Amino acid sequence: MADSHTKDAFVEFDRVQKSYDGENLVVKDLNLSLPKGEFLTMLGPSGSGKTTCLMMLAGFETATHGDIRLDGQPINNIPPHKRGIGMVFQNYALFPHMTVAENLSFPLEVRKIPKTEREAKVKQVLELVQMGEFGGRRPAQLSGGQQQRIALARALVFEAELVLMDEPLGALDKQLRETMQFEIKRIADDLGITVVYVTHDQTEALTMSDRVAVFEDGRIQQLAPPDELYESPQNSFVAQFIGENNTLEGTVKEIKNGIALVQLDGGGLIDCKPVNVTKAGERTRVSIRPERVEFNKDRLSAEAHTLKAEVLEFIYMGDIFRTRLRVAGKDDFIIKSRNAPDQVRLEPGSQVEIGWMAEDCRALDA
Amino acid sequence: MLTTVGGKPLKEALAHAQSRAKRRAFLLVLPLLAFIVVSFIFPIGQMLYKSVSNTGFTISKDFGTGVSTPIMTNLAEWFEENPQGTDPDETAYAALAADLLVLRELKAPGQAGTRINYELSGSRSMFTKAARKAKKLAPPFKESIIDLDEDWADPSLWQAMRTASSAVTVNFYLAALDRKRADDGSVEMVPENRQVYVTLFKRTLILSLMITVICFFLAFPIAHLMATLPMRKSNLLMILVLLPFWTSLLVRTTSWMIVLQSQGVLNDAMVATGILADENRIQMMYNQTGTVIAMTHILLPFMVLPLYSVMSMINPSYVRAARSMGATSWTAFRRIYFPQTVPGIGAGALLVFILSVGYYITPALVGGADGQLISNLIAFHMTKSLNWSLAAALAAILLGAVLLLYWLYDRLIGIDNLKLG
Repeated sequence: MADSHTKDAFVEFDRVQKSYDGENLVVKDLNLSLPKGEFLTMLGPSGSGKTTCLMMLAGFETATHGDIRLDGQPINNIPPHKRGIGMVFQNYALFPHMTVAENLSFPLEVRKIPKTEREAKVKQVLELVQMGEFGGRRPAQLSGGQQQRIALARALVFEAELVLMDEPLGALDKQLRETMQFEIKRIADDLGITVVYVTHDQTEALTMSDRVAVFEDGRIQQLAPPDELYESPQNSFVAQFIGENNTLEGTVKEIKNGIALVQLDGGGLIDCKPVNVTKAGERTRVSIRPERVEFNKDRLSAEAHTLKAEVLEFIYMGDIFRTRLRVAGKDDFIIKSRNAPDQVRLEPGSQVEIGWMAEDCRALDA
Repeated sequence: MLTTVGGKPLKEALAHAQSRAKRRAFLLVLPLLAFIVVSFIFPIGQMLYKSVSNTGFTISKDFGTGVSTPIMTNLAEWFEENPQGTDPDETAYAALAADLLVLRELKAPGQAGTRINYELSGSRSMFTKAARKAKKLAPPFKESIIDLDEDWADPSLWQAMRTASSAVTVNFYLAALDRKRADDGSVEMVPENRQVYVTLFKRTLILSLMITVICFFLAFPIAHLMATLPMRKSNLLMILVLLPFWTSLLVRTTSWMIVLQSQGVLNDAMVATGILADENRIQMMYNQTGTVIAMTHILLPFMVLPLYSVMSMINPSYVRAARSMGATSWTAFRRIYFPQTVPGIGAGALLVFILSVGYYITPALVGGADGQLISNLIAFHMTKSLNWSLAAALAAILLGAVLLLYWLYDRLIGIDNLKLG
């Protein structure tokens, strides 16, 4: 990636590789650097190498090749307890035989911080996560969300500048997860800490992060801020993985004035923005977001290419309408339209013409 | 008020339905309950009763007809009328002579003599001899009885008969603690050369504790290894741990004898390699060493299994979390991992300790003279000396000690913390 080896990098992965068995690389050539205070999310399906990266940073796994630097210092040979990195685990890992206060005081005790100071810090961090009166409880007496807060507090209490989070919200229900996303983001911003967050939930990644690194097959497929990731995916994996997406396959017919004309396999010609295609004759997979598809003829420009489509299904979802159509021989094409007073509800069985702005339709790798 | 469709009060109907369900559930456990009462609670009750009651000097039972006849009634009457410390006078000897005559008719002098023999060894034959000649006894009875054997005048004999004349006694507990009644009825220690039981109780407790501690130190690493290895390897280890269970106890004990005896495999190997001179062969068998080694081996799985089951439940992320918070691996082990294994340690230790306290066959085979445990003595009194009351008293003390330990464990660690698997 272009922005590695920068001078102000706080955390830096430099050509890092990892193999468990000596045959397969779980992490292949990872280059990543993040400045102080950034909230970076590693997003990817399971087995994509994101958790391994986190464990290498925490010191529980060693890199087979390459350097990991923290604040400019290589940390490959520093044991985990000397790295001073806070960590929140997937199952929280709150010590069951200690009370909440003892859990929070543990990292301070091993740092030989005097008792009065310890108590003050524990109190302070409990206030921070709004759990002030729970110090005397055992972890088992707390709800999932409360345990989550304590786990977060424990990673923060010794004032680590870097906090790693390994799918910390995985065990919570949807509503609580959303509250906690907001909460974690707020605390991270308030304290100015650097966070590396691992998740397979793309909504979480998009809502919380400054930048998202999409992992697949041991590599970062794209590293970008959430809006860029969503609107300008660099390849078809990212396009597929982030958000809902319609894909059509075809061959590039010509590229002219920054617009690629693509002949679809199922019939029809469309205008796309060439991203991974450079010349006519290349195979491509075009990607278009459901909410960027237009079926109102008046709103389409006259010269734009359109496709014929048959409405198969109309689903009312409250805030939006979700319409499934058959387009170019494929019957999983989705349109999302806002539930506005003047919105048209497409009738199943009817024929419509659909189109889009050329820049919303990205011609990616096949 | 809520009612059912039929108009009955809902609460009543509910209670009725529930009590029927409870009765049916109780029927399910009834066979087991009956089995436990018959095979466990009843025998233990019998044993405890035997330890405080011995009818050898009060009732004679004819096992042919099933008739029980009281014996020694005249003597018992005299003991009742004359308090402790009264010298036996002519009336006492007359009562004894009358009772001896009854014994002779009932063919019971051996039984009565045995009972007195428990308290004062060597007195059984006096009863059989005197009963044989009971018919020839004539007044003055005191002289004629003492003529038979001058030991009849021994005050300790009269003290023994006084206690035995009542079936209920704590003397067997006194004996089990190396104590006896003095001639005046007070409690004193038995002569030093006859003190065995207290030493044996102490030895049993110390050896059991030693075996438990050794088992713990041997089992902890292996259980940890099993809990952290991948499934396939840990299953193999588990089979190796369980392998001894599939071999007969006797075979295992015998193989230890072959390995450890002074002409055995281990000594031979050490002599052959020159580590040991031939005349310095180490005595590892027929002493406490043999008992400890063999019992540790036999009881080890009982420590490994509860430890393993607890350790396999401990998520590795606890230790990782501790490490990430700045704890060294030793601190993480001591403060985080180890405390979470305590329920397993408690269960394993309690299991091994209680089993070894009552262990019989291994010390009997490999213990020699000084490797015997209290259970070997209980067995001796059950099968050889036939002093069941004493055996029962010893067993009851052992039971009491185990219950005491259980109570202590509950107070210190909490019994709900116990995790057997």
